[in-house]
Amino acid sequence: MSGPRVALRWVRPGFRLEVDLALPDRCLTALTGPSGSGKTTLLRCIAGLERADGRVEFRGDVWQAEDRFLPPHRRSVGYVFQEASLFDHLDVAGNLRFALKRARRRPPLLDFAQAVALFELAPLLSRRPATLSGGERQRVALARTLLVAPEWLLMDEPLASLDAQRKRDILPFLERLQARFALPVLYVSHDLDEIARLADHLVVLDRGQVVAQGAPADLAARLDLVGALGEEPAGLVEGRVADRDGRWHLLRVNFAGGSLWVRDGGQALGERVRLRVLARDVSVALSPATDSSILNRFPARVEAFADDVHPALVLLRLRAGQEGEGAPFLARLTRRSLHALGLRAGRTVWAQVKSAAVLE
Amino acid sequence: MSLGPAEWQALLLTARLAAATTAVLLLLAPPLAWWLAVTPSRWRGPVAALVALPLVLPPTVLGFYLLLALGPSGPLGALTQALGLGTLPFTFTGLVVASVLYSLPFAVQPLEAAMAQVGRRSLEVAATLRTGPLAAFFWVVLPQVRRALVAAGVLSFAHTAGEFGVVLMIGGNIPGETRVASVLLYDLVEALEYERAHALALALVLFSFACLTYVYSRREAWGIGVAALERR
Repeated sequence: MSGPRVALRWVRPGFRLEVDLALPDRCLTALTGPSGSGKTTLLRCIAGLERADGRVEFRGDVWQAEDRFLPPHRRSVGYVFQEASLFDHLDVAGNLRFALKRARRRPPLLDFAQAVALFELAPLLSRRPATLSGGERQRVALARTLLVAPEWLLMDEPLASLDAQRKRDILPFLERLQARFALPVLYVSHDLDEIARLADHLVVLDRGQVVAQGAPADLAARLDLVGALGEEPAGLVEGRVADRDGRWHLLRVNFAGGSLWVRDGGQALGERVRLRVLARDVSVALSPATDSSILNRFPARVEAFADDVHPALVLLRLRAGQEGEGAPFLARLTRRSLHALGLRAGRTVWAQVKSAAVLE
Repeated sequence: MSLGPAEWQALLLTARLAAATTAVLLLLAPPLAWWLAVTPSRWRGPVAALVALPLVLPPTVLGFYLLLALGPSGPLGALTQALGLGTLPFTFTGLVVASVLYSLPFAVQPLEAAMAQVGRRSLEVAATLRTGPLAAFFWVVLPQVRRALVAAGVLSFAHTAGEFGVVLMIGGNIPGETRVASVLLYDLVEALEYERAHALALALVLFSFACLTYVYSRREAWGIGVAALERR
């Protein structure tokens, strides 16, 4: 089945959004980019909350074309707003039933009891939205959105208004959602961790234009996208747990072209994991320094470098492996080191990784 | 101090007028207030000003224009005559029409304030939950401003019960038809019947005080203040 197709143009003084996207069906697509790049506007246009010119097609249904504009309530989207959007005059159960009553698709994605169980809402059912915490509210909003049985789920930074702890509480719910319902999801976020954890496909928007799309790991290591992908440049690496060192509480994760020791987070041997390696935690050496405190080192090839945020710094793109055939990494060095080591594209070096975070 | 049959008649008539006016306003004010709360139209300002005019104009001005417009040679008078309704000045219906206009800001303004708080976002959320604009108005907007609806009703009722100038201009002083409590009070004072005037005046004071106490004890009814702050 073909995925959603969106070709839209939305022009306002000083801003122009113009995209032509064919998105994969049944997977989570993250939409990212600097603030003001038009992420929320694009989501709103797809939902019909803004009137853009162009075409929106979903699984053969034309929601919008030159001679046609389905109003938002006739589009089978589910929309999770950035901030709490619960109806204050209804309690939690009332909010959920509001959606359930209006679900058009038969059979629904899930029934009331299942939604309550999935988002652990039983103790909240008779509470008013005003008495809920931010995280509780977003859980209710997610449950409510699923109860209306959407065919395409649009989420506008659903975690942005939450602190780090609440984010950690909600992420598992989002992962479950992705695993359980084969829904296409378009998820706005500017948090690379979130994207790495949730997304199968990534679209990068800048000043109203799509500047790149593809697998998150591929895009994260692109030097030209560093500015658009958040403040802290980082590489994303797919790997598999290969070994456990019980004495030092470490796991060895193998990836294409090398392996890394990371803190043991209880993952099973053989489990697939995504690692995030910040550019500032990667340094390079011309020889393997065995007397360093840095545990992780592997040969890598310098592919390219680019200016960083400060003239003293450069970003290096590396590929693991003697032949540079493995996973891409980013490294942040001083320009002086670059000169001192005489680094050029094509040169083989030792990458030293100070720390790597396991994302799932 | 007690109320005689003329006073009771006037008070009942006042209550009937206030009830009819409130009923009309509760149908008219919500859509108007919603439009004022969300419209991006440049007509919002003039329309809001028009609605608020009775707050600042002498009631006699409003009464005077209504008398002209509803009278036999006025445009609305011509219309009502063509419809076979006769002319409205000096009738109970005429009083209701005048009172609706006169009390309009008292119904619209608390509703508009509360609806602005509910805002367009509620409609957007409703729309993403398969609820069209009209259904959302009834199932999302109105329930969220229900306290303001009560306040609008109470204020309209109390304000209509207290009107004098408009009534005098458009209604005159026909017992059982247009002689409301405030007009009767004026008559009593002119006739130097202070004892009866006292009783009637006191009844009006107590009634109005009770109404305002109700409204101001529920400040959240205005969609501002305590409740809104607590919700943040």
